[in-house]
Parts: sequence; structure tokens; C-alpha cells
Amino acid sequence: MSWRELTLTVNGRRLSGRAEPRTTLADFLRDELGLTGTHLGCEHGVCGACTLLMDGATVRSCLIFAVQAEGHELETVEGMAAPDGRLHPIQEAFSLEHGLQCGFCTPGVLMSVRELLHENPDPTEQEIRTWLSGNLCRCTGYQNIVAAVRRASTMLRDGA
Amino acid sequence: MKAAPFEYCPAASLDEAVALLAGDEDAKVLAGGQSLVPLMAMRLARPSRLVDLNPIPGLDWVRLDGDRLSLGAMTRHRQVERHPELRRRCSLIAEAVEQIGHVAIRNRGTVGGSLAHADPAAEWPALVLALDAELVARGPAGTRTISAPDFFTSVFETALRPDEVLVEVRLGLPSERAGTAVLELSRRHGDFAIAGVVAVLETDGEGAVQDARLALFGVGETAVRARAAEARLLGERPDDRTIAAAAEAVDPDLHPSSDLHGSAEYRLHVARVLTRRALVQARERAGRRP
Repeated sequence: MSWRELTLTVNGRRLSGRAEPRTTLADFLRDELGLTGTHLGCEHGVCGACTLLMDGATVRSCLIFAVQAEGHELETVEGMAAPDGRLHPIQEAFSLEHGLQCGFCTPGVLMSVRELLHENPDPTEQEIRTWLSGNLCRCTGYQNIVAAVRRASTMLRDGA
Repeated sequence: MKAAPFEYCPAASLDEAVALLAGDEDAKVLAGGQSLVPLMAMRLARPSRLVDLNPIPGLDWVRLDGDRLSLGAMTRHRQVERHPELRRRCSLIAEAVEQIGHVAIRNRGTVGGSLAHADPAAEWPALVLALDAELVARGPAGTRTISAPDFFTSVFETALRPDEVLVEVRLGLPSERAGTAVLELSRRHGDFAIAGVVAVLETDGEGAVQDARLALFGVGETAVRARAAEARLLGERPDDRTIAAAAEAVDPDLHPSSDLHGSAEYRLHVARVLTRRALVQARERAGRRP
């Protein structure tokens, strides 16, 4: 098949790898660029683990082919913490509230929460739950996740 | 869960997209990819060529002109949902679109893609049926207009020819006096509807119904207008009794099937209950701005 060289902008860096047309963005990030922070659960757009930001809006990276992402700005979980390793306030809040649990769904959840708090800095519990309905947690424990989002909302508004 | 190989053809223009479609009988249009790519991942679809419309500039727009609404086929659901002027003029559309999938799906999924995919349990087909829409398709011979009832032919089947691209949908908005509602039952928020209904109700100065539209989804091979139920409402006062009678009259227009989410009988029951509730809600909203 027709492999080709592809260069994408991820977390502000230009990174290159090889992709077939059928290579999903998620597989390209993980297998070619070594950015394994983006997780893959269902690979057909249901679980939300592979959620990332494309041009500032969440998308399922298993439902976009890597070739389609050329020329777009991508942000993954690897881009959240500061270069010195200091966690982003949303990550900090998830750590403090034990919102990670097993951690598998966390990268996708974090990206969804970034978009949520950007659009709605002080969401209600119901708004949080509705927003995160596209991110499945197989620990089946959304309580700590919701608590973490509320804490992150407070931290960000207080300028933490 | 990996798609079969295909030839990727980003189209720079509509004409190029049409030519690329015509050049391969197993080609498919790629719009938002929120339905097609999962089907490809599961190998339920194996197009040999994907014609990507995303690079074509100027296919996404929300144009509101009095009672007319025009949407470009590549308009993302979120664009529609977050259009303040449209929400003020006709909250029905935003309320229906909010029920599509999840935010990440709506950021990417398109109006045209949803219509061309023609899932009988999806919201857009019911919306365009209720709002007497026209769909505009571009093919090798030029542009043609298809009315919403003619557009949906069966499950996942439309009147689009293999070398045609859906480019625009034109909807007629209900009067500002009309009350509207969209209700659906699904297992979880964002899942496809087990059954759903779009209702528009407008009364005249005497309180009698002068416009009634009911479009149901999830209850047959395509979304469908419940004509018999609409007829029960016209000219009547929409009191509880009339509404209950209209809801009972949805049956002849619906042909639900049974699957693991519910039997045909259950779906009919849900459709009747949702129709009644939607009509009550539309009645409460009629005559005042939401």
C-alpha cells in the first residue's frame, strides 16, 4: 500500500513519520511518533480514550486518518504539563481527587475537560456529567472524576 | 479494528470530488467520518477510494434569512448548536443537535454526512422531514434539488447517486409563534434513539391548531412524518384529549423493527408516549418565545 511521509504539528512541535491512508491519527501518534499518552480502547469512536484537541476542539483520534491531520494544530496529553514537569492544574486536580483510578481513560478525559473548562469555567455537576458522557471509565467510578473536574474548575478560576 | 486499505483522495473542489467519485464505483465520500470510519474499522464498509471533502473551502455555513435556513453540507453539528441567532429564532434545531453523540463527535460530524448516512435513528433526518427541507446535490450533470421525503429511501439508503455529493440543505423554519419539542429515549446520553420525535405545533388566534408536524425516528426504515396523527390535530384545540388521540394515531405510519434494544411493540409504545409528551411541551411553548 501507499506509505508516505507525514509531518504533523503536535503540542507545538513538527514531527514526522510514515503512514498509510488507513492509518488512524491515534495509531500514527502512538506507533510512529511514540506519543503513547493517547490511549486506544474501542477503536471505533465509542469509548473516548483517544480524545485529543485538533485546532482547540476535541476529536476522536481513532475516527480521523493521520493524513487528514496535516496542517492542523494537535494537542495531546503529553502537552499538558509544563516543560519542567509541573502538572497542569487539571492534572493536579485529578491527582488530588484520585480521579485517575486505573488511568486508562484519563488522557481522553483530560482533553475533554480542557475543552469543557475553556468553554464553561464553572460547570455544574450535571453539565460535567453530560460533557463527559463520551468518555467511558471502565473502573465505573465517575465520582472522583467529577470531583476532580470541580476542583480543577476552582483551581483554574483562582489562578492556581 | 483497522480499516481495510483504500486510496485517499483529498478533493480541492466540488467538481474534483464529483469526478473522483465517478472514477471509482466503490468510492465513498468522507465528510466528518463519525459514522463511516467506525463502519470501516469494523470492515462493514470497505470503500476502495475515499473522497475527502474536508479540504474543500466554503462548504460550511449557517445562513438565516427570515423563515429560511440554509446549511452547508460540511457544517459541523457544533457550529449549528452554537449559533446564537439560530437558537433564538428556532431552539428546536439546537435542542435536537445537542442530542447527537457527544461533544467530540459533534465537533467533527457534519450535517451533510448525517443526512447522507441516513441512519433511521438519527436526529437530522427527522428534523429535515419536519421542516420540509430541500436537499441540494451536485453531480456530473450539475445541481439538483431533492425534497426530504424523496431523499430517504431505506435504511442507510438515500436518493443520492453514487457520483453525487450533498452540498446544502435548505429548511423552512416554523413560525415564531409555533411551539416545538424534540424528545428521544436512548440507553445513555448520546446513544442512538430507541425512538424519538420532533414536534411543531402552531395555533391560530382562536386557539385551534393550524400547523402540526410530527417526525419520528428510530421506528422504521427511515425517519417518517406521522401524517395521520398530524391530521387529528389540525383545526382542533390541542387539549390533553386531542393530544392523546393524536399520539394513539401514530401507529399506521410507523414500522419499527425489533432488536436487542427493544421489540417493535415496545418502540411503538415509546413513540406514542414521546409524541404525547412532545405535543404537550410544544403546546406550552406555542405563542411565546422560548
